[in-house]
Amino acid sequence: MGYRLSTDAMNQVLAELGKQYAIYAPKCYPGGNTFSEVDCIRYGEVHTVEEIETERKSDYSFKELLLPFSETLFFFTENTIQEASVIEKDMVIFLRSCDLHAVRRLDEIYLRNGLPDFYYQRLREKVQFVLIGCPAAFDSCFCVDMGTNRSDNYDAAFELRGGQVYMAARHPQWEALLRQYGEPVEGFAPSYVTETPTRVSIPADLSPAVAKSTVWDEYDKRCIGCGRCNYACPTCTCFTMQDIYYTDNAKAGERRRVAASCMVDGFTDVAGGGSYRKKHGERMRFKVLHKVYDFKQRNGYQMCVGCGRCDDVCPEYISFSAILNKLEEAMQEVRGDGQQ
Amino acid sequence: MTVSNEYLSHWAEIREVIPHTAIEYTFRMAYQGAVQPGQFFQVSIPKYGEAPISVSGIGEGTIDLTIRRVGRVTNEVFERYAGERLFLRGPYGIGFDVELYRGREVVIVAGGTGVSPVRPVIEHFYWHPELGRKVSLIAGFKSREDILFAEDFTRWQEQMDVILTVDNNNGDPDLRQGLVTEYIPALAIADPARAAAIVVGPPAMMRFSIQALLRRGIAEENIWVSYERKMCCGIGKCGHCKIDDVYVCLDGPVFNYTRAKDLAD
Ligand code: SF4
Ligand code: SF4
Ligand code: FES
Repeated sequence: MGYRLSTDAMNQVLAELGKQYAIYAPKCYPGGNTFSEVDCIRYGEVHTVEEIETERKSDYSFKELLLPFSETLFFFTENTIQEASVIEKDMVIFLRSCDLHAVRRLDEIYLRNGLPDFYYQRLREKVQFVLIGCPAAFDSCFCVDMGTNRSDNYDAAFELRGGQVYMAARHPQWEALLRQYGEPVEGFAPSYVTETPTRVSIPADLSPAVAKSTVWDEYDKRCIGCGRCNYACPTCTCFTMQDIYYTDNAKAGERRRVAASCMVDGFTDVAGGGSYRKKHGERMRFKVLHKVYDFKQRNGYQMCVGCGRCDDVCPEYISFSAILNKLEEAMQEVRGDGQQ
Repeated sequence: MTVSNEYLSHWAEIREVIPHTAIEYTFRMAYQGAVQPGQFFQVSIPKYGEAPISVSGIGEGTIDLTIRRVGRVTNEVFERYAGERLFLRGPYGIGFDVELYRGREVVIVAGGTGVSPVRPVIEHFYWHPELGRKVSLIAGFKSREDILFAEDFTRWQEQMDVILTVDNNNGDPDLRQGLVTEYIPALAIADPARAAAIVVGPPAMMRFSIQALLRRGIAEENIWVSYERKMCCGIGKCGHCKIDDVYVCLDGPVFNYTRAKDLAD
């Protein structure tokens, strides 16, 4: 069922929900961007509709709410291990369709690829998702080509139209609240994008043989291996373990996991001194094939959701979508049927 | 649904510390539970953190973990002695299925620390010679100072053909000199079509050894390898061990060569 609410009424809904949930949505942090004075849009707790950034794309995704950039797993002394406690409140997360599709990718790795992850699971089961209707794509988006432009597995859907809030509910809790604060409207469905300015096509016969192509070479120099593309990506899930020892008690400390990037030096270093994919071009090939080939081989669907954040964040203006569009030519090159 | 917390390690008591070289020691740990040769544990090494360590021995109520001191990394563990304890979790991964080698000739080629993961396989055939047909072991180290399990090699000679070689014997006539690959062409293999081979060691050594074994007529599907990769979780989450669509911690570290040969780092 659809509902229309004034922003005031919606703020009352949020206040009501706020008793049980911490509500997270993309927010604008003025001048908060790390490498210039521009605004940074990332996830933060909101209490009113006005705080939710709906006009612009978030630079960083909801990911860090489920997989914090740095997360303490447990505290240890020489003889004991004490599991880190979990945040008390349940969470409501506002997100667009591409990101809701990204949740499925995170679940794939953290709940199904091998044993389930205790820390992810205990946060994940606290979350309700509110889809933000998405009427028009941003420049770097290519969700339609990745098949992630529509979602219907939300708990509620939200869209601002002409200063009014439109909502749809699937979860009974939302239905009850909206019936109380809103007025029913027939036929509301959240908007979704049907075309994007950026298009990609991935060759049907893409294979690991593409590693032999020369397309990767230019990234040996162009890519500086900073890892921003991975940190901004809603589907990148890698982490590194870190043990921190306290200065006042050298035998006690905590084990954390910290977001890791396959583009950054050291990602593959083994204790004996071995290391793989030393060239940045090789790392680019590894990342690209993971996003649009390997994950699908393993799980049956593409990992990349086409959000375009990696393109937006790269300090070297490297475009991931442009690389995808070079894969056809790269396959021709390794098949030996391209014009030389 | 509550899932168990796989990241929490458990204490295991150090029963014995066996030094091999200046930087490599075997820790014999109290352990109850099933372990397969080739599987690994995530071992918490004080002041370093967790590292994946293959079991280098499986005993009655014990497992062996052969740990190498690397820089700042693994120093403190070497100050631990019998009676002290280490945090462990595991075992993880898919190891060697020794049943596959029953009644067959087996060629084992191992380089350096690559001897650790195959040691339980060698021990299996040492104690149960009736289960194999003939085992040939070629093991290579950089120099005399780098040899691991020296006493074991002497003992193994009772039951199998053992070639122990070093890259540089510094003129010591008692030590064979040369790369492991040099000994593959002359190896006595009665029935190459049915023989099985296991190759573990540094990447280049594995590549050349496999080429030499294939030239001897050993079939690709009869060759197994074990890969060493950075591993932070052991359970398919951290991504460090991934090669193509394979997670070494879940799908390996032991792979049949027909799978391993196409993997490109
Ligand atoms: S690879 Fe780029 S476009 Fe694809 S999901 Fe990640 S950040 Fe978005
Ligand atoms: S953000 Fe750009 S420069 Fe940085 S690692 Fe990614 S592709 Fe390379
Ligand atoms: S060790 Fe973490 S994914 Fe394999």
